[in-house]
Amino acid sequence: MTADLAYYSLVAVYSAMAIYTISFVAFALDLAKRSGDAQQAAASSAAAAPARASLSKGAQGGSTIVLDRTAAVTGSADAPRASSGRRASKFERVATSLMVLGLLVHVASVVMRGIAAGRVPWANMFEFSLTGTAIIVGVYLLVKLFVDVSFLGAYVMGLNLILLAIGTVNYYVAVSPLQPALQSAWLVIHVLVAIVGTGFFAIAAGLSVAQLIQTKREQAKLANLRFMETLPAADRLEDLAYRVALVGFVLWTFTLIAGAVWAERAWGRYWGWDTKEVWTFIIWVLYAGYIHARATRGWRGARSSWLSIIGFAAVMFNFSIVNVFFKGLHAYSGL
Amino acid sequence: MARSSDRSPGATGTPDAVDSTEVTDGSDVVGDPLRPSDHYDSAAPAEAAGGPGGSGGGITQPRLGPVGYLRFFWRQLTSMKTALFLLMLLAVAAIPGSLVPQRTSDPNGVVQYRADHPDLFPVLDKLGVFDTYSSPWFSAVYLLLFISLIGCIIPRTKHHFEALRARPPRTPARLSRLAGYRSVTLETGGGAVGDDLDPASAVQAARAQLKRAGYRTEVFGDSVSAERGYLRETGNLVFHSALVGVLLTVGIGGGFGYTGQRVVVEGQTFTNALVSYDSFNPGRWFSDSQLSPYNVTLDRFRTTYEESNTDALGQPTDYTADVTTRTQGGDPEKAQIKVNSPLSIGGSNVYLLGNGYAVDVTVTAPDGSEPFTDTIPFLPQDANLTSQGVVKVPDGLADQIGMIGFFYPSAVETGDGSGILASSYPDLLNPVLSLNVYDGDLKLDDGVPQSVYSLKTDGMTEIAGAGADGGQKALQLKPGETVDLPNGLGTITFNDVKRFASLDVHHDPSQVWVLLFAGLTFAGLLTALFVPRRRVWVKASSTGTGLRLEYAGLARGEDPTLERAVGEIVRTHLTTLGVPADAARAASRPGSTSNDVGDGGAAAPRGGRRITS
Repeated sequence: MTADLAYYSLVAVYSAMAIYTISFVAFALDLAKRSGDAQQAAASSAAAAPARASLSKGAQGGSTIVLDRTAAVTGSADAPRASSGRRASKFERVATSLMVLGLLVHVASVVMRGIAAGRVPWANMFEFSLTGTAIIVGVYLLVKLFVDVSFLGAYVMGLNLILLAIGTVNYYVAVSPLQPALQSAWLVIHVLVAIVGTGFFAIAAGLSVAQLIQTKREQAKLANLRFMETLPAADRLEDLAYRVALVGFVLWTFTLIAGAVWAERAWGRYWGWDTKEVWTFIIWVLYAGYIHARATRGWRGARSSWLSIIGFAAVMFNFSIVNVFFKGLHAYSGL
Repeated sequence: MARSSDRSPGATGTPDAVDSTEVTDGSDVVGDPLRPSDHYDSAAPAEAAGGPGGSGGGITQPRLGPVGYLRFFWRQLTSMKTALFLLMLLAVAAIPGSLVPQRTSDPNGVVQYRADHPDLFPVLDKLGVFDTYSSPWFSAVYLLLFISLIGCIIPRTKHHFEALRARPPRTPARLSRLAGYRSVTLETGGGAVGDDLDPASAVQAARAQLKRAGYRTEVFGDSVSAERGYLRETGNLVFHSALVGVLLTVGIGGGFGYTGQRVVVEGQTFTNALVSYDSFNPGRWFSDSQLSPYNVTLDRFRTTYEESNTDALGQPTDYTADVTTRTQGGDPEKAQIKVNSPLSIGGSNVYLLGNGYAVDVTVTAPDGSEPFTDTIPFLPQDANLTSQGVVKVPDGLADQIGMIGFFYPSAVETGDGSGILASSYPDLLNPVLSLNVYDGDLKLDDGVPQSVYSLKTDGMTEIAGAGADGGQKALQLKPGETVDLPNGLGTITFNDVKRFASLDVHHDPSQVWVLLFAGLTFAGLLTALFVPRRRVWVKASSTGTGLRLEYAGLARGEDPTLERAVGEIVRTHLTTLGVPADAARAASRPGSTSNDVGDGGAAAPRGGRRITS
């Protein structure tokens, strides 16, 4: 039973990776298509310009509501608004659908692994990668519900495939029971919140990278990256990255505190500068720096965004290098 | 730190003056959080920071007296840029401690590092990287950071208390420059404005609505000025103050605690007194009287190993220490200690941090006397609990002997025919004790402290084991067996094998406070990041034939939803004034262009009443 489920779980992982790969290709094609769209838009912009001007002129005057003629006002509620969003391309729709499908298979794999093990499926490096990548995709889709971040699809799929492939191919371990030190409700809370926080940091880092490229393009240093024209402006991207990173920071703060509480229960001290503790602290400080940088004159913009990217690099470092090569109490995360 | 002088003078002036400055539109010194002068939301200083009389320009250096220099450095220390720099420095300074073993968390690793890198070690040790987190340079970074932080918190808290009592600022003359600006003209087809559509009542309605929404309001003529989100700055200050609280409680409170370690074999009793600890680390202000008298007897140590899952055979799944505790004047009580569930007793917590096997051996001299009988903890060496320990017999035999023992709970031959044993399972399936015996001077009389877990074999002769002359093999015993020691020294009996538990006793009175401040940090963070601080103005004016309403907002700090919030206020306000819901929604949209002018004449129902034209 356990072995069967673990096997099906593994089959599901590889299936999910296959679907993700196609999704990744479709997202890449979408980026390529954006380049063409941008060129087309540039060609037709001359005609559109005067119309837009008259529209905004109207907007300056404000609105007048005549109270005894409700019908006329009702009509204006449906008045066309200046649409800033472009329609999703066929590639993008296909890519997103595949991503959702891949996530469903992926989640099935996570659930089967959990049932097979009879516990939460994030007690060793393989399981952490398995669940973590599913959550990164989930966070992306969640953010996409609120803001159109589909230009990040290729990044999310690429990152996801790399992490999932390394985790599955290099660090696969058979289902094993929990060691006494991990038998705690905090395993559920502390680790899950850490993974979700990582998901938000991943999206924020992607937005920051996009912002840096966009800034360069806006300064006409990378003018030939036409597809970037279909992305939001740099300051909008910065704003989005900041808001997503804030959620990540709050979750990370919680991870830190919950980890300390658990450490007190399991190891008898709430803080002992264990390597993993050190890196969790470093990441926290880096993102605290990022938040301060955005509030500092002269640092807002591209400079602060580098901190977000460095912060996420530290998160990845903490997850990979620190887990594998550094000695510490977290080392039983079961390679 | 931002003093009020950093602001443009216009900001405090009349509404006209306010209107004339773009950046500080609608801001006032009292209401704003007091931020460092290089904070993004502070007004840009007109001149570079200079001393008294410094005319700036970058050519003439201003002359600074000692006080001027102090002020200059203080301003530098409490600026955003410095805080940012120190934060980055703190992150970087923490890295070395993760690269090399630390004395506090991994003392054996430090010893090993010294052996592996004899040249590098003294240099790194001088730099203090083996005690990174108590090193002067690391301390300097975080202390500077916290001084900078305190230098920011104190004036800002004072300022915030004043702001909490202040009224919202005057309405700027020209709202159209502000965020989320909307203007709506209400017209009643014929011309005369109904008495409920005069500016004053529209403003009162707006005020009531904003009050309900948690705004602090103030009416200035035919406009209402409202502000909300003071909690944001409160949260910000709570967050930063709580961080200082964490640092102080960790730094000072930790000094009142102690930690001690003790290995207890099944059947043994540990008494909470200094002498009975194997190692003990008192805090700076620790005194013996803090050790409340109690004792803990380890009745039984139970382990469970995975037996069915072939991929994880022998993996431990549970450790339980069954103990009997006695406090002063109390009855004995049974209790359990597990890895994630320490025992709370006498104001301290007793943690189960390790376990292993202890062997009970007796050495008998040829004359029948027993110069040595004891239970010795053997330290686990691998996952299958191959364990190593040392037996030292200084007296009672013809020579001093020392024995290095290996204990295999489930002994198997390694299979290469050499007879070398290994353990294949952590539980006691085939326990075997193997002893290498050394004859010579144990050097216990030198007065130099020795570890009970190691034997210095230089100056001793191996008389049983791989290196012994005459081919005397290592002694091998199963529980209950007795074998002869070489050279007719006597016999040794392996009486029994027991389990030991390694207990850590911790007492840290500051722990609760650290948790409390950490909780405050988290709560402060949530409010500081997610409560929007904003100002909203609603202005009403009569157009002769109707009523012109203007709405605008101003973000104080990050406020991504300001536009939407102003739109929502517009919609609710218009609905209150009797505008049909769909029209109100249309007018609340940014840039909505409903310029339809009615033909007048017809009366329509509005708010259940009729407006006649």
